[in-house]
Amino acid sequence: MRPFDYVRATAPDDAALVSGQIIAGGTNLLDLMKIQVMAPETLVDITRIDGLSDITTEGDGLRIGALVTNTALAQDARVRAGWPLLSRAILAGASAQIRNKATTGGNLLQRTRCPYFYDTSQPCNKRRPGDGCAAKGGEGRMLALFGTSEHCLAAHPSDMAVALTALRAEVEIRTPHGDLRRIPVQQLYHAPSDRPDRDTVLEAGDLITAVILPAPLVGSRQGYRKVRDRASYAFALVSVAGSIQMEGDMISRAHLAYGSVAPHPWTDGAVAKMLEGQKASDALFARVADALVPDRAPHPDTEYKRRLLRRTFIATLRQLTGLADTSGTDIARTQS
Amino acid sequence: MKTTLTVNGTQHEVGHDPRRTLLDTLRDDLGLTGTKKGCDHGQCGACTVLLNGERVNSCLCLTAMHDGDEITTIEGIGAPERLSALQRAFVERDGFQCGYCTPGQIMSATAMLKEIAEGSPSYVSDDLDAPKLSDGEMAERMSGNLCRCSAYPLIREAIAMAAEVKE
Amino acid sequence: MSDTFTMDSPQPRLLDQTGQGVIGTPMNRPDGPRKVSGQACYTADAVTEGVAHGVLVRSTISRGRVTGMDLASVMSIDGVIDVITDPRMIRNPAQGMAGEAPVQPGDAVHYHGQPIALVVAESFEAARDAAQRLTVHYETEEASVTPEGTSASETDDPETAGDFDAAWQAAEVKVDLNFTTPSQAAAAMEPHAAIAEWKDNSVTVHSSLQMIRFNKKELADTLGIDPSQVRILAPFVGGGFGSKLGLGPEAVAAAIASQRLGRPVRVVMTRQNVFDCVLRRSETAQRVRLGATQDGRITAISHDDTVSNLDGEGFSEPVSQASQFLYGADGLSFTQTVARIAATPAGSVRAPGEAVGMLGLEAAMDELAERLGMDPVELRLKNLPDKHPMDGREYSTRRLADCLREGAENFGWAQRGAAGMRREGDWMIGMGMASAARSSMLVKSASRVRLTGDRAVVETDMTDIGTGTYAILAQITAEMLGLSPERVEVRLGDSDLPGASGSGGSFGANSAGSSTFLAARKIRRRIADLLGCAEDDLTLQGGRARGLNRDMALADLVQEELEAEATIKAGKTAESHFSSGFGAHFAEVAVNEWTGEVRVRRMLSVMSMGRILNEKTARSQALGGMIWGIGAALTEEMQNDQRDGHVVTRDLANYHVPSHADVPGDMQVLFLEERDDWANPIQTKGIGELGISGAGAAVLNAIAHATGHRVYDFPALPDRVIAAMEVEI
Repeated sequence: MRPFDYVRATAPDDAALVSGQIIAGGTNLLDLMKIQVMAPETLVDITRIDGLSDITTEGDGLRIGALVTNTALAQDARVRAGWPLLSRAILAGASAQIRNKATTGGNLLQRTRCPYFYDTSQPCNKRRPGDGCAAKGGEGRMLALFGTSEHCLAAHPSDMAVALTALRAEVEIRTPHGDLRRIPVQQLYHAPSDRPDRDTVLEAGDLITAVILPAPLVGSRQGYRKVRDRASYAFALVSVAGSIQMEGDMISRAHLAYGSVAPHPWTDGAVAKMLEGQKASDALFARVADALVPDRAPHPDTEYKRRLLRRTFIATLRQLTGLADTSGTDIARTQS
Repeated sequence: MKTTLTVNGTQHEVGHDPRRTLLDTLRDDLGLTGTKKGCDHGQCGACTVLLNGERVNSCLCLTAMHDGDEITTIEGIGAPERLSALQRAFVERDGFQCGYCTPGQIMSATAMLKEIAEGSPSYVSDDLDAPKLSDGEMAERMSGNLCRCSAYPLIREAIAMAAEVKE
Repeated sequence: MSDTFTMDSPQPRLLDQTGQGVIGTPMNRPDGPRKVSGQACYTADAVTEGVAHGVLVRSTISRGRVTGMDLASVMSIDGVIDVITDPRMIRNPAQGMAGEAPVQPGDAVHYHGQPIALVVAESFEAARDAAQRLTVHYETEEASVTPEGTSASETDDPETAGDFDAAWQAAEVKVDLNFTTPSQAAAAMEPHAAIAEWKDNSVTVHSSLQMIRFNKKELADTLGIDPSQVRILAPFVGGGFGSKLGLGPEAVAAAIASQRLGRPVRVVMTRQNVFDCVLRRSETAQRVRLGATQDGRITAISHDDTVSNLDGEGFSEPVSQASQFLYGADGLSFTQTVARIAATPAGSVRAPGEAVGMLGLEAAMDELAERLGMDPVELRLKNLPDKHPMDGREYSTRRLADCLREGAENFGWAQRGAAGMRREGDWMIGMGMASAARSSMLVKSASRVRLTGDRAVVETDMTDIGTGTYAILAQITAEMLGLSPERVEVRLGDSDLPGASGSGGSFGANSAGSSTFLAARKIRRRIADLLGCAEDDLTLQGGRARGLNRDMALADLVQEELEAEATIKAGKTAESHFSSGFGAHFAEVAVNEWTGEVRVRRMLSVMSMGRILNEKTARSQALGGMIWGIGAALTEEMQNDQRDGHVVTRDLANYHVPSHADVPGDMQVLFLEERDDWANPIQTKGIGELGISGAGAAVLNAIAHATGHRVYDFPALPDRVIAAMEVEI
């Protein structure tokens, strides 16, 4: 780490928030600071700001303070009951140790795990715009399938953000002027365009104060399916988050999001349109999957993700609509 | 800068660089070298300690952020002549080989047993509301602790053995 | 001085006649309480007053020369003491048993990630900061970084027996298969580390190393000093798996820095350093050809491979090692090509050769069985040769057939059924098996045993890298001297003690166990003398000596310390007999038909590996190896950038060693009773590597059985399994 000044903020209007780098759980930030991928001059510790660590009921939904840990959120009784997708997605990520430290706000802001971003000997536009992208032409197994630009092919690694996207959650942001605004989770993220260094729309001094979880689809079946190179403690190759409402054997609502395939949790409005009002069937899912998956991958090493996303999508939909025989070795879990 | 920590019941005031991690504070400032550095990036679990009763990777904690916090390390669990039930079970079942990841495994397991007892779910819990102490549950919950010697099945046998003793 | 015993003839089974009854028992490790309480002192734990901290700087080019460093920019960083480059620094760790300095490249750079300087500071944070910020100027040269892309490769003459070409031509049923395995990392949990301190022109180095006797010479040669000026300490080693066989750049850098600064210096590799510059296991490209008669007699075996290494490294992964002695044929042929590439050099990682070679061989055997319509166990049983097929040596002992039969029986192999038929929901279930084989060796080794009253001390520079050396040397000594093992103190990992084999190649227990046995036997003779009886009439048990009507407590009999040192080395039996551990692995897997994820549900390995010295630590070694097999089959893949050769998967988030969740609880090991009289006087064989040898193949064969489709490029990651399944959905 480069030397930095450590400042402890005690209130959301602390002036240090404008100029410094915010740290909460620090599980990704310290990781990156140790290898000087990030080198803030001032670190502003927000963990002692009051009022950001609670989960409260808001209408039929929940307001989740930005400092609520991943563990606390996943095990909250209301979340387990009404939004099991969120519990499962969080629990699919990282390790218990990391989830005990990682926060709701911080998880949304975690940075890509592209190994070229992590290696300062390699050019990376996300680290330094204009440097070039070593991942192009490099080893690209973990890169994105959608939403890339010629400047950056990196994927967003979060599990939680994918679940929140499928659940239509919003992020509450406090500006330095004290205004609060709410935006849908997927709008938090910038498309990489020519400034892949800017992961999100947050401006200097903006503070994520909460995530707002709206009421779940009534009677929905929810699931999070994560496929990875190791059975646990690994980032997703592909993940699918789904909340499906059925009327008999007909899909009435389908809220879906896809992880590790784009620079942010990926959604595709056409998919829901193709599913809703239809009778669940293998033929339908195969057809919709074809529409979901792009014709080609931006990097030869992610070509497999087309096939894997397609299959994972179908498998998840089959489970959530009751088509699948779930009697088997349910080691890779989807259903709640 | 200065930070006050209570480690294994003893209060310490440590002077340190703001960059100091809790791991390095424990090892190099307090001489508690039972907590190990395996990766320094939260990718192996060897540095697991209890922070206010919950397991964390001490390599991913800045000491500066933990003023007033309570830390438990392996030294606070039991010394060779006064081993805890879990430590004894690790010895009995050979739940280690080289021993380097072992303090982390034991700290993690200590917390894990409490988490299951409190009903905290895992990714593989059949029922998010009623997790059980099965081998599969333990395997998922302990996955943040790598063991390259690969004592995994024996580590879980040891944990199960200690859990039975407790019950 | 210790006289040397040469293993020229089979030795009596004294350990079966002694009366203490501790040999072979599942005794807890004596070092266990310290390990589970954080009191075992690993290298970086050694408390050293006034220590300075060093961090290695890596090269960021693939080949060329360092032309300069902007020292001023980092010397101004608060706490930085020095930036050290030195012609004595080494390019990479020594290969196992080198006993001399590795390549000392001066300002030359031979691979991306090579240590090129050491930054020393008052704190670790300052040193790491400066090491990362140091600007280095290079003159770069063209470099070939992939085996496919390099023009520099060396192909050995084939090793042959019989006429392979004729046998292959005539074979009625053939498989001709290509396999690839990626580079793999040992990834011991303890990063490579050293603390060096000079006093009176001598250097003491704490370092995490496996072979102290060799490492001492390596350090002396590297520094240009006499070995008598070097002391190396490694009482606890946090895993090695081959990666700590040889002296490493961190120890050399620490020694040089400490000498220069006149204070102790600690250098602990960052995890990224470990991936960048510690010897990897080479990637392999393998071609396996097996020919057989219609009724399943194998007539032709060929296993050709390409591996890689850096120029100047003598090691090449011996891929076809087990293929040369496991099965017989009329004609056998083995050819290796070594591609010279500018990338992290390759060296020994747990079971070099077998660990990857048996994936190819045993998958090919599985496919041959399929082709023949024969049970894979039967195919193996039918093709066990009478003698070593390449050199005609007798097998010392070989219970492979028993392992295969016992394994099949205990695993429920008979229920296996046809491929691709068993399902549980979305999961396809399959069973697979493979043979296990890993040759066993005896390496020169010395130990000293001292006995006063009923307390013994064993002293040797042997290491315990998790293998259980502390336990087994205590047990051997206790058994020989009739003591409870608690009365035996074992001192290891100090180069001032008699020089042992070190831990490597599964020969540690054979070698250091034997030298300890021989030293203890000398003490027995001295006790017999004291008691006034012949050695044959002596019984030592429970701290008492009995013989010729005398019965005395050792505490009374041995009032003055008895000390004996012994050395063993291999002899004629190694020329007349071939010693190897054998076994059979069985695995059951579930493969998700949609996602290609594979989960191992259970595994059983049956092994015959000579006398088991400690049933508990032996089982741990076996299990560890089997789980490494799971890693090789399913998760482990080191990626190097194809342009500059740098390690892309340079941390434990990207290099996937198996986690708890990858390993089922149902992991069984059965040992078959065996004594290898030709191996050594304690009748043991190596254990540490047999578990991995073939284990991954059992998993891969189970995937083929579950899905009806085989993966040829390992590990079987989800996308590769999907590609193999070729199921249109």
